[in-house]
Amino acid sequence: MGDSAAFPSVPSRSLDTLWFQVAGTVCNLQCTHCFLSCAPSNHSHGMLSLEDVRRRIEEAGPLGVKEYYFTGGEPFLNPEMLAILEETLRHGPATVLTNGLLLPPERCARLKALADASPYSLDIRVSIDGYTPETNDPIRGEGTYERILGGIRNLARAGINPVVTVTEACEDAANAEGRARLLDWMRSIGLSRPRLKILSLFRIGAETSRLRGYQPWETLRGRTLDDDELDALQCSSCRMVTSRGVYVCPILIDEPAAKMGESLTETLRPFPLRYQACYTCHAYGVTCRT
Amino acid sequence: MPDVTKLAFFGGIYSNARALEAAIADARRRGADAMYALGDFGAFGPHPDRIFPILRDAGVLAIQGNYEESLSEGADDCRCGYTDPRDNHFAQLSYDYTAAKTAESWKRWMATLPKTRRLTVAGRRVLLVHGSPRKINEFLWESTSSTDFLEKLLADAEADVLVCTHTGLHWARRLPSGRLVVNCGALGRPANDGRTNVWYALVSFAEEVSVEFPPVGYDFEAMAREMEEEHLPPEFIETIRTGWWTTCLEILPAKERDRGRF
Repeated sequence: MGDSAAFPSVPSRSLDTLWFQVAGTVCNLQCTHCFLSCAPSNHSHGMLSLEDVRRRIEEAGPLGVKEYYFTGGEPFLNPEMLAILEETLRHGPATVLTNGLLLPPERCARLKALADASPYSLDIRVSIDGYTPETNDPIRGEGTYERILGGIRNLARAGINPVVTVTEACEDAANAEGRARLLDWMRSIGLSRPRLKILSLFRIGAETSRLRGYQPWETLRGRTLDDDELDALQCSSCRMVTSRGVYVCPILIDEPAAKMGESLTETLRPFPLRYQACYTCHAYGVTCRT
Repeated sequence: MPDVTKLAFFGGIYSNARALEAAIADARRRGADAMYALGDFGAFGPHPDRIFPILRDAGVLAIQGNYEESLSEGADDCRCGYTDPRDNHFAQLSYDYTAAKTAESWKRWMATLPKTRRLTVAGRRVLLVHGSPRKINEFLWESTSSTDFLEKLLADAEADVLVCTHTGLHWARRLPSGRLVVNCGALGRPANDGRTNVWYALVSFAEEVSVEFPPVGYDFEAMAREMEEEHLPPEFIETIRTGWWTTCLEILPAKERDRGRF
């Protein structure tokens, strides 16, 4: 990647958000824009066990972690996912990023019970790529629109108001009209208080062959970032735990040099923003948090 | 006489002069030794300039909120920290009205206010902030602030008791170390609980430190009518009359959102 001194470095200001790659890179879908190219057969990062998560939460406590996020792959492929959430919700708020396919009514009822039993918030974030099968299915897979909708409805019926996540590529979500249409659609499927998260696309992983990879100019090389710009970057206040160690953020776990160590404490140091995905976070103000 | 010091803490006032007067009277009745206002004197309600003389005449000690910081610096928006477009839309209506109706002399006074205040009461180090010790507009919600996080926040800030506001919802948590976090809520609008009263925090310092949140009733109908006369958004007026939040809802965490009507 060239001379890292030419890239600005982000300091570690705090560890507010701790991410878990709880299902590794294993997914029951194979979305064409996935920045990790997750798939049923992608085992580059493995599942985390309840014990793994418990140990990390113990480690995280004295570091002042504010909230916990779970992603994959598909988190509900992890057979211990509910126990992991139960444990986590004793310590802080939790958010799960899911594709919504593994949310039958019984599991939704169980999630609602876990949420009610904790003083902390539990958020379930369901990803979808548009409000018709015609836009969603080519990205997420044949028939997935209806199945995702089923998961969202099961959550709503159980009393959980999910956060629906779309990428800005879909349905003009990045502009006000597109956003309004998405909110109307969410109301029409039974989400009376629609909560919407819009994510930028990272031009890495599968996305490079769907639309495009990064252009050479999409880089932070040679840039100087001020304190506000650095604070706005999620890597100033998060870390990502996978089966292979602790990474700087949820996006860069396929970059060996983005692994910062084995213990959380040793990763609380500056990180050079040498990746082109770092450009996206800076230019679009991306945070993977809700 | 038991040796108790009682301090009253007022959260966002949002131009609700009637609620402020009622809270001051209530705090005096309950024997408060001192009163503090933790910022955001304007926003939401009518006639922001009515607030400052009340604070001054009652001897309420003030710190800046994001509103006072923004108004005194001539900023374009309130820097409330919202991320959703609908939240920001209503926040902008509030801010533009308040900025236009606040006298320059009061804006200059706001610039002189400290952003934090430290007290030592009954041997406890007490820190007053608007949002959090590290950021004036950080939201400390009850359901998204882990106890581990709060312990570290107070340890880093060298405080035994932290009093904050900014969220508009009151809560308190005693931490395993014995430290105490108090979010004193807001006087300016109800707490999204279907009640028209508002709340403040009264903290008693003795051998132990204890917190209560007295409810404050006031003539909300008169406030609502004034808001109508000032052509403030009907959504704001509905909140004053019903006790349910209708705007700036997207920022609410799941648990807090579930408790409301909208």
